Amino acid sequence: MTETQIPVTVLTGYLGAGKTTLLNRILSENHGKKYAVVVNEFGEIGIDNDLIVESDEEIYEMNNGCVCCTVRGDLIRVVEGLMKRPGGFDGILVETTGLANPAPVAQTFFMDDDVRAKSKLDAVVTVADAKNLLTRLDDAPEAEEQIAFADVVVLNKTDLVSAQQLDAVEKRIREINPHATIHRTERCAIDLTKVLDRGAFDLDRILTLDPEFLEADEHDHDHDHHDHDHDHDHDHHHHDHDHDHHHHPRHDDSVFSVSLRGGTLDPNKFFPWIQQVTQVEGPNILRLKGILSMDRDPDRYVLQGVHMIVEGTHQRPWKDDEKRESRLVFIGRKLNEEALRQSFEACLIAA
Amino acid sequence: MPTIQSFPLGAYVVAANFLGKTPVFALGDGMVALADGVSAEKFQAHSGGLLAAARTWDGDRLITSGDDGRVVAIDPAGKIDTIAEKPKKWIDQLATGPDGVIAFAGGREAYVHFPNGKERTLEHERTVAGLAFAPKGLRLAVARYNGVSLWWIGTDAKPQSLEWKGSHIGVTFSPDGRHVVTAMQENALHGWRVADGGGHMRMSGYPGKVKSISWSVKGRFLATSGAEMAVLWPFHFKDGPMGKQPLQLGARDKTVVTVVACHPTEEVVAIGYKDGMVLAARFGDGDEVVLRKAGESPVTALAWDKTGIRLAFGTEDGEAGIVDLRG
Repeated sequence: MTETQIPVTVLTGYLGAGKTTLLNRILSENHGKKYAVVVNEFGEIGIDNDLIVESDEEIYEMNNGCVCCTVRGDLIRVVEGLMKRPGGFDGILVETTGLANPAPVAQTFFMDDDVRAKSKLDAVVTVADAKNLLTRLDDAPEAEEQIAFADVVVLNKTDLVSAQQLDAVEKRIREINPHATIHRTERCAIDLTKVLDRGAFDLDRILTLDPEFLEADEHDHDHDHHDHDHDHDHDHHHHDHDHDHHHHPRHDDSVFSVSLRGGTLDPNKFFPWIQQVTQVEGPNILRLKGILSMDRDPDRYVLQGVHMIVEGTHQRPWKDDEKRESRLVFIGRKLNEEALRQSFEACLIAA
Repeated sequence: MPTIQSFPLGAYVVAANFLGKTPVFALGDGMVALADGVSAEKFQAHSGGLLAAARTWDGDRLITSGDDGRVVAIDPAGKIDTIAEKPKKWIDQLATGPDGVIAFAGGREAYVHFPNGKERTLEHERTVAGLAFAPKGLRLAVARYNGVSLWWIGTDAKPQSLEWKGSHIGVTFSPDGRHVVTAMQENALHGWRVADGGGHMRMSGYPGKVKSISWSVKGRFLATSGAEMAVLWPFHFKDGPMGKQPLQLGARDKTVVTVVACHPTEEVVAIGYKDGMVLAARFGDGDEVVLRKAGESPVTALAWDKTGIRLAFGTEDGEAGIVDLRG
């Protein structure tokens, strides 16, 4: 029997951002699919064809209570229960409470063997309130984590702010998480294919770590100021990436990203290094992603991780017209950028 | 030669059992199938998915619970009685006790349902992940995060607490009532002495979670799933299994044991595997006999009849059947 893994979409967002609106959109749209929806409490949702499960967010610590080994115990039970039903579901949607840190949800789909065998994390979708996000990011660490963990950010309530404000919010999101796809919406009106079946944790689908490419590919181009913003971003990336972070005064616990870039890596140096970094810095690393060129290896090596969990695979051969280089991005707190850069560069093969 | 009679039931077999002589299969689609000769008839027990099933101690009825919030009883004739309804709850834990007492749980509340219709709610801080009655039935063990709560079901006394850090996902009493053993999220078992909550027994080394446990005749061994072989911990020593090697039976490559069921009268265990095979192994010499060839889907349920002549089995993809050892 070939075991099919049901895709799981995690829906996060701070209180009042519009999660329930998006959820209702997903459930009421005529897409012919059947979802099981795990909510914290029955709210104003409920569509006949779907199954709504009320579940308390129960965080379980595994293996001595390290922050990196927390899972959602209730999700393990829910997934096991769902697998006993015939016909099953096209997908599972997990709505977290507004104050939730998405890490335990994500880790559940990597750390529990049974859950992992039956389901796979598709993407973390974060709904952000364009009007209040900047304030929330300053006073609520959870809001920052939700942005940091996101594969897709639905930047909602764009009708309540000016174009300038909107650009500022988007810029701030980029500072925290350069690789999430950002969609601007009013009342969460969005094409659901941009939210569902993203394969964001699928190593085979990590194509690029260039934010401008992601946006060019995914973004609507109907705003003039928007295009301008792209160019702006673009320039920064081609100059010195470091300076990007300092537009916003960073407090000690701010989440930010560190992008490392280099040529070809020595696998005998790189793998022990990434092991050690994720062991020691795991609690500070929220997400990591990499596309790497390994010495004497014709394949692209792709890597992704959550806290201490790191997964990697040989993805496909480098194409002839592709520049063989290594890119590695950490999103986290209290990361020592200079130390990471130096130790990463020590793993490179001398040109 | 043992013979097999199969029933294609088309839904995940949550539990297999016998009501007297009638084989019964509880299915994930909310149905319960009763076998009569060569055919099996299905009865709708739940409107949604069926999550748990347990036979009453007198062996007359199967109790099932589901995500429709209902707990029902079905008899060998297919008559279904509603025992309790908790709308919107997923009732995923169930245990039966003496004289028709039933315990079930959904979320943080466990409920004890007495035959006279009286019900008692036992509140917990975290989700109830396992239920088991003591052999004499006066006490109920509730597995939860960081240990077990032992309730006296007939009194309002606070529960005795058996503590051990971590997530406990299943619980059982030893047949002599002296020990409580849990299965843990971390691929291990943990045991306590009931008398004083001490005597911590750590049984680990499993590559996967232990989801099926079964006490052998007279409670001498605790058979467990979760490894490439059935692992049986000796409980007939004074201090339990600590410092003793477990028996390892039915070791196979490239598959894992998903279900175990000890024979009611002999030192024999039936073992179901992820690849669908079922075999029986003898404790004394490890001798094995294949009862069902490997198939397409993991074995999810096994149960002997009272005499230990027939074995009911079921799989994830809805194959169910009876192995008759008399041939």
